[in-house]
Amino acid sequence: MIKISNMSKYYGDYPAVLDVSFSIEKGETVGLLGPNGAGKSTTMKVMTGYTPPTNGKVSVGGYDIVDKSFEARKQIGYLPENVPLYLDMTVKEYLHFMASIRGMKKGISKRADEVIDITGLETYRDVIIGKLSKGYRQRTGIAQSIIHKPKILIMDEPTIGIDPVQVVETRKLIQSLGGEHTLILSSHILPEVTTICKRVLVIHDGKIVADDTPNNLSKRLQSTQVCEVSITENNDVNFIKLLRGESYVVDVRSKFDNNSEYKDYIIETSSNDGAEEKIAKLIVDNGIGLHKLNSLPLTLEEIFLQLTSE
Amino acid sequence: MNNIYTIFKKELLSYIKSPMAYIVAASFFTVTGFFFIASVSDAFSEASIRGFLAGAVFFLIFLSPALTMRLIAEEQKLGTMELLMTSPLKEHEIVIGKFFASFAIVLFMLAGTFFYPIILFIFGVPDLGPIFTGYLGLILYSCSTLSIGIFASSLSSNQLVSLVVGSGILTLLTFIDFVSERVSGVLGTILNEMQLGGSFSVFDTSSFGIAEKGHFADFARGIVSIYDIVFYISISIIFLLSTILILETRRWK
Repeated sequence: MIKISNMSKYYGDYPAVLDVSFSIEKGETVGLLGPNGAGKSTTMKVMTGYTPPTNGKVSVGGYDIVDKSFEARKQIGYLPENVPLYLDMTVKEYLHFMASIRGMKKGISKRADEVIDITGLETYRDVIIGKLSKGYRQRTGIAQSIIHKPKILIMDEPTIGIDPVQVVETRKLIQSLGGEHTLILSSHILPEVTTICKRVLVIHDGKIVADDTPNNLSKRLQSTQVCEVSITENNDVNFIKLLRGESYVVDVRSKFDNNSEYKDYIIETSSNDGAEEKIAKLIVDNGIGLHKLNSLPLTLEEIFLQLTSE
Repeated sequence: MNNIYTIFKKELLSYIKSPMAYIVAASFFTVTGFFFIASVSDAFSEASIRGFLAGAVFFLIFLSPALTMRLIAEEQKLGTMELLMTSPLKEHEIVIGKFFASFAIVLFMLAGTFFYPIILFIFGVPDLGPIFTGYLGLILYSCSTLSIGIFASSLSSNQLVSLVVGSGILTLLTFIDFVSERVSGVLGTILNEMQLGGSFSVFDTSSFGIAEKGHFADFARGIVSIYDIVFYISISIIFLLSTILILETRRWK
């Protein structure tokens, strides 16, 4: 459905996206994950034909996004970041307008009603968009992106800036759309990507640093184990030096919190066969007071941090 | 064609809903009415609409950009330009659709001034020719002022900047004879030919005519010159094309 090869996008001299290649098959749900400024939005702007790539080729639905821009754009439903809406239109007027500029000619009214049902906007059909809450504006934005039954749905940060309850509802809505469309969404929120997407592309500094399923991504980094200890320091012993001497310890970081009577450390170990026990024994043997020790499951957040901090 | 109509319809609806078009129309009627009355209220006044034309030509310098300032600047500000640009729409369809929406509002406004000639017909014996050419001239003149307004609207995402830039360009083109008179040679001629409407004699209460110079002068006198028609249409096309070009280049940035 989408094929991007060696695509770069420069804003002036600044490379927002650098030599990126990937392809997305029909029916896939793909999450573009990365911190702010990583190049997610730029990648989407290129895919949707808003701005042409500086280098490389991008084809959408079999059409080149530059040479056959019109055909390519017809395949796409796009929800830009910050959900642009005409605030003086009613929901219905807006959907009718969006349907007709996207090239729909017949059955606009019927389809608008369907989309209003899907997005749960029934009671707000004739309300002026400027009077809607953020969550319902988001729904209106989603409604316009699917009104013309696009094959490809591209959503840039679709749940940003709305309250937690509506985030959950919006995610459900997006998830339900995944079935019929090829769905690409960007996010810097991990749980969002893991619940909705079956494939994650991690973008960092304009490059793709990982491309896998959420499960595989966590497995890949499962070889390391992280635990957190809280101790009362023994002045005779340098705790960090002591731990670094052990073969199974990969890294030790202290969490500075001067107000606490305990000192907290984050310890990364190479395997998870009883590392906690070994650490506990080491601490007690050296006369250090052990207050707390617990092993932390490696969350996607950390995977994300690890991938992007290399 | 279909796309132009969709954009046109959307903009027209937006005009009808927003207070701006009403405010512009109300001030247009007030100001042109004022000029009209002033020009015909002497004992031996001429039964013509020249006072109205003078007022309209002058006031459209500010009203046209006020009508058009929203058209592109607001799309940029709201981010809806991104929706338009990622839809299968061409830049010229967007610009032309918007232009015709603002043009329709001006036509409504001009239609609302038909009672000036009607008053003349009730109380006097006006010459029909200059009335007809006067309106024709106003229609063509407003095409070019609106195009310049749209061009100004595409330069910024701030509507106020668009208004100031638009009426700035229009004011310069209206009073350009102040400069062109003092410039000799080809440049002087070119500058002179750029004069859009009449200039200072708007304020000349004894004659209440349009300036002798400028492309509107002949229309006010009842003369239709192909030269002036081509001038107004060219100005409109040049500024609309520039607007389209700006939208296209913005994409490549």
